[in-house]
Amino acid sequence: MEWQEVLKRLLQNKISLLGILIILFFIVVAVFAPWIAPPRDADEPYLIPRGGWAIQPQPPSEEYIFGTTEGQYDIFYGIVWGTRTAFRIGLIVVGISSSIGIIVGTIAAYYGGWIDEVIMRITDVFMSIPFIIATIVLVTILGQGITNVMIALITFSWMSTARLMRSQVLSVKEDEFVQAALALGANDFRIIFRHIILNTIFPVVIQASMRMGSMVITASTLSFLGVGAPEGYADWGQMISFARNWILGVEGDPLHYWYTLVIPGVAITLFCLSWNLIGDAFRDILDPKLN
Amino acid sequence: MNFLSKEALVEVKNLKTYFYTEEGVVKAVDGVDYEIYPGETLGIVGESGCGKSVTSLSIMRLVESPPGRIEAGEINFQGKDLTKLSEKEMRKIRGNDISMIFQEPMTSLNPVYTVGDQIMEAIMLHKGVDRKEARRQAVDMLQKVGIPLPEQRVDEYPHQLSGGMRQRVMIAMALSCDPQLLIADEPTTALDVTIQAQILELMNSLKESYGMSIMMITHDLGVIAEVSDRVAVMYAGKVVEYTDVDTLFEDPKHPYTWGLMNSIPKLDKDVDRLEAIPGSVPSPLNFPEGCKFNTRCPLAEGKCFDVEPPLENATEGHKVRCWRYKDLEKIKERGERIYEDRGVLD
Repeated sequence: MEWQEVLKRLLQNKISLLGILIILFFIVVAVFAPWIAPPRDADEPYLIPRGGWAIQPQPPSEEYIFGTTEGQYDIFYGIVWGTRTAFRIGLIVVGISSSIGIIVGTIAAYYGGWIDEVIMRITDVFMSIPFIIATIVLVTILGQGITNVMIALITFSWMSTARLMRSQVLSVKEDEFVQAALALGANDFRIIFRHIILNTIFPVVIQASMRMGSMVITASTLSFLGVGAPEGYADWGQMISFARNWILGVEGDPLHYWYTLVIPGVAITLFCLSWNLIGDAFRDILDPKLN
Repeated sequence: MNFLSKEALVEVKNLKTYFYTEEGVVKAVDGVDYEIYPGETLGIVGESGCGKSVTSLSIMRLVESPPGRIEAGEINFQGKDLTKLSEKEMRKIRGNDISMIFQEPMTSLNPVYTVGDQIMEAIMLHKGVDRKEARRQAVDMLQKVGIPLPEQRVDEYPHQLSGGMRQRVMIAMALSCDPQLLIADEPTTALDVTIQAQILELMNSLKESYGMSIMMITHDLGVIAEVSDRVAVMYAGKVVEYTDVDTLFEDPKHPYTWGLMNSIPKLDKDVDRLEAIPGSVPSPLNFPEGCKFNTRCPLAEGKCFDVEPPLENATEGHKVRCWRYKDLEKIKERGERIYEDRGVLD
């Protein structure tokens, strides 16, 4: 199926259209962040401005339309600039780890034999380490910060793509058109990149779009656990972590500080949901059995 | 046609290609000799599993390794022994001097590229011309293989073409660099009969206009009769009979060939039942001692079970690998059959 056809069907499908609209909304927010929420300090736009030093969150007001969270950090500003952080983490982590997975899986499957054996056993070792614990340990070793969080996420998330790619390549490399290309004198590089990868990429694209959301959640988890973004950095996970002490509200009014939790929560949920919707729709469109 | 006076284009000598599997060594090709002369079509015929495809893959050096390996022998082509060339040197020959077309036109084209892209790939790979020129040549090739509206078809994807069309595209790809040898591995098996005839006719006419040789691998004696000049009949990894096509059909000397001939219906003879060769090809993991055909051969006796017969000249230019081909001749003279009733002989 050609790309134009896939795109057309994605837009025709109501579910994926919803996903695309949500993502478009986030993209607009991310791109126009400097105008939507002008930074106080243009050199450090990712630092959330504070409306004072009091600990208690303040409800939405005219100045801070989403209110302020613990330490008077502006929730609206955090959400807007946090969109950029989410995209950065999602795109970079998924992009790099998928690329690693594609290359590793393809090499293992294409060459087979002991190369396959060695690569897949290394993959197994990486898979055997619990993901969250592994990333926490690595970030702790590397030091706090968004970049280190991304490095840790990449290090421990390429394996599923590698396995998926390997199984795909194993089946495609037996196809006759690969033989035919060999018989025309094409070399391995050409066969892999021109003939095999393009015929195996769709499942990986689906998986990657699903992983966009989960990587952002994991990054948020790390921030919530205190090993992610540094304090005051515009990051949705961190915003939730600020809400930790206020989740229960005050006595008799559990929803008293709802805005500290609900607003960043909704942002994360919508972001992940939209990628999953697109991934699901992608899968349905490309699954020949469902057509 | 007499090709024997000319120098062979390809000379395969004592080729052995083995597969090392967990169950044991599979001798898929076990000492095969033949020549292909310029401008001729050599037919290779045999049942599935007789090693005919592996022979062709060995020439292209496309036998998957491991488990496969060319164990011994020479494949001489233009003064070079193909079995000794490096992978890089081989890539220059593949698609350029020797091309191959495959059985399944449905899967031999990459579904994600247009047919033009795929023909151009071959042209750009070997001729070093730019995209524009390659495209022009691709359209030209599509025209030559009889695809209507080539300027339009060049931008279509394989799924938009019929099986016959795709096989034509495969032929266009294979011929785009003027190869001297075209290996066709059951090129018409997956096509319906009318399309088969068209493709064979196309290959015959292209062979003449390009002056190339064709190695036609098939299990279909009809195809052999239509296109071949000479034929090698293979059984269990060996050539059992090797002669020109007319002689083979008039005077098959090996009991296996004889059986194949009698297993197809003939228009000019009225028969109630067709003869069939009993049994099936022995597993390559445990070939019998002696002649490999002895498990199915009604003539097999004594020596046949102990010593493998050599491929020897029965008459000039007619080689046969059988201890008892002279006895078979006598049976033929008497007008008897050998396969229906095992008691006929003695």
